[in-house]
Amino acid sequence: MSGEVQAAAVLGGLSENEQLDANKPAGGRVRPRRLGLGDWLLPVYTVIAFVFLLIPIAYTFVFSFNDSIKSNISWRGFTFDKWINVCNVEGGAVCEAFANSIVIGLVATVAATVLGTMIAIAIVRYRFRARSAISLLLFLPMATPEVVLGAGLAAQFLAAGVAKDMTTIILAHTMFCISFVVVTVKARVASLDPALEEAGRDLYGSPAQVFWRVTFPLLMPGIAAAALLSFALSFDDFIITNFNSGSVSTFPKYIYISAARGIPAEANVIASAVFIIALVLVVGAQVSRAARQKRLARLG
Amino acid sequence: MAIREFAERGADLELVGIQKRFPGFTAIENLDLKIPAGSFFALLGPSGCGKTTTLRLVAGLEEPTQGRILIGGSDVTSTRAHERPVNTVFQSYALFPHMTIIENVAFGLKRRKIADPMAKAHEALKLVELDHIAQRKPQQLSGGQQQRVALARAIVNRPALLLLDEPLGALDLKLRRQMQLELKAIQEEVGLTFLHVTHDQEEAMTMADTVAVMNKGAIEQMGAPEELYELPRTAFVANFLGQSNLFTGQVVSTTADAITVESAGARIVVPAARAQRHQGEVTVGVRPEKVSLHREAPAADANRNVLAPGRVVDVSFSGVSTQYLVEIPGHGTVMVFAQNIGFGPVAGLGSEVWISWAVEHGFGLEDGPDETRFQDDASTTSLAALHREALVSELEEH
Repeated sequence: MSGEVQAAAVLGGLSENEQLDANKPAGGRVRPRRLGLGDWLLPVYTVIAFVFLLIPIAYTFVFSFNDSIKSNISWRGFTFDKWINVCNVEGGAVCEAFANSIVIGLVATVAATVLGTMIAIAIVRYRFRARSAISLLLFLPMATPEVVLGAGLAAQFLAAGVAKDMTTIILAHTMFCISFVVVTVKARVASLDPALEEAGRDLYGSPAQVFWRVTFPLLMPGIAAAALLSFALSFDDFIITNFNSGSVSTFPKYIYISAARGIPAEANVIASAVFIIALVLVVGAQVSRAARQKRLARLG
Repeated sequence: MAIREFAERGADLELVGIQKRFPGFTAIENLDLKIPAGSFFALLGPSGCGKTTTLRLVAGLEEPTQGRILIGGSDVTSTRAHERPVNTVFQSYALFPHMTIIENVAFGLKRRKIADPMAKAHEALKLVELDHIAQRKPQQLSGGQQQRVALARAIVNRPALLLLDEPLGALDLKLRRQMQLELKAIQEEVGLTFLHVTHDQEEAMTMADTVAVMNKGAIEQMGAPEELYELPRTAFVANFLGQSNLFTGQVVSTTADAITVESAGARIVVPAARAQRHQGEVTVGVRPEKVSLHREAPAADANRNVLAPGRVVDVSFSGVSTQYLVEIPGHGTVMVFAQNIGFGPVAGLGSEVWISWAVEHGFGLEDGPDETRFQDDASTTSLAALHREALVSELEEH
């Protein structure tokens, strides 16, 4: 019984102290406590929510080990072959699409982050004509449906006679990523005390030195968050890419097209690998942050 | 470039015909100011009087609309902040949060490519007794420690002129007193010119050699603290620097030594040398601690001004002294500070009292207690506040 309470408390997010207090009535005598509706409803709900969230990921991961032949829908036995020979199927089409996605993501992220950061600083720090209008216009791509953006851009490329290739995809991705970068970095710039930059100027820093030694390091968390967001958005994007990619394949596009005839297990391999890499990065960041906080606490 | 070398000693600062306009209001109307080298100069005034703007103009963080700024005789009006031999201790300290304390202190030295910046930075930290926490980050320090780091970061550069923008405002009273003394000691030790901006009159008086009282973007009066306190020239100075009892009336007789003002039937004599105006309607005043309280009508004395019986309306005992408010018909409420030489208050609430003060303690002002200029002042500050509010709301909108 006590074990159940403990489990329920842990699942329900109760701290150990609260749970101990609940077992100790005012008289000081420990009395067995009845389990109420709330004690099991919350944990059950929590478990259901997590199962629902994690099933697609678990499915993808498990089926990356499926010894599939053509379609990867029914389980045919365990194998590491798909992980080992991931680039050897269909002339390496999966890997090529994946590489394209990475290149597009990196280039679009760098371009959007540089431009978006400059725009964000300009909007927050300087007063100029049409400043509010620019802020509003930058918000529009986020509010506009992707289909509209993608189709509209494709029509412009067609009208201008631009052949669709990697470049057009990068341009399209840079375009929609800039808005997200501006919004993310703008918040950071607004919270930056102008007195810090003034102190830099006062302490003999030229404008360039003040930017690189004071402004940029202080904006770095915002810029890094914006870059990660941009890369994730670009890597993920299917709708706008599909309109503007011509014959170039990206990872989401490859999966969409191959879904019609059964997604190969190699796609599962890459998807699982991306998931695992992301997971390692997040856990690593959390561990290093916890270590840093501990160190700071010890110093303080 | 001069910036590459340390200043040998403090330089004098001269502001000539400075005017600063912001969209919607004028912060500084026409300011002339000369601060001699090596002095501790305080610019004292209420918020919105233009004192911080003056400081920012000197630092190069704002450009004057008109006028010239000279440091050590050379015109720096058109040079930028990083090219001026000036350092600032900011109100918010503005320590770089991403750098350690020692990196903060060495920042200016490194930008100027001065040899051995780290050793010099450690020396400056020793001066403010914080060398043991050189490797910490600013957010791990208390307010008082941050303030001292900000000071070290500025003086390590040996600027010809050090600007202090209310740097003690965020500290509690006890720490503030201690820092005031430390600042003064450091100024004497390093011999730099200090320009200190504050709204705290006590701080200005304890620390500075010269105090300039600023109001509405212009200097009202300038001088040594004792001089300003004992002989205020305007009603603003009389009330901003300490407190004053003011009486207004027509001058009824003038001799070589004294003028006599008739106010609500009472005659008040002020030494001619201590009065700014000698005819017409004049406002005269006296400091509350110079006023004596009597339980009976005092004997007539040509050297003392006596005001007719009044009633004590408030008594507040503060240990060292007692503050009385005495309501005198025709003169309004007069404030009296009496030292507790005996035991407890000498006059109870509601008792009838006479007040008197020595003629030599009175002063005569240039202006009256409530002239239209104060309304002007209110409208400038409200304009400034309006402008600020508009800017802030615009910022928040986006």
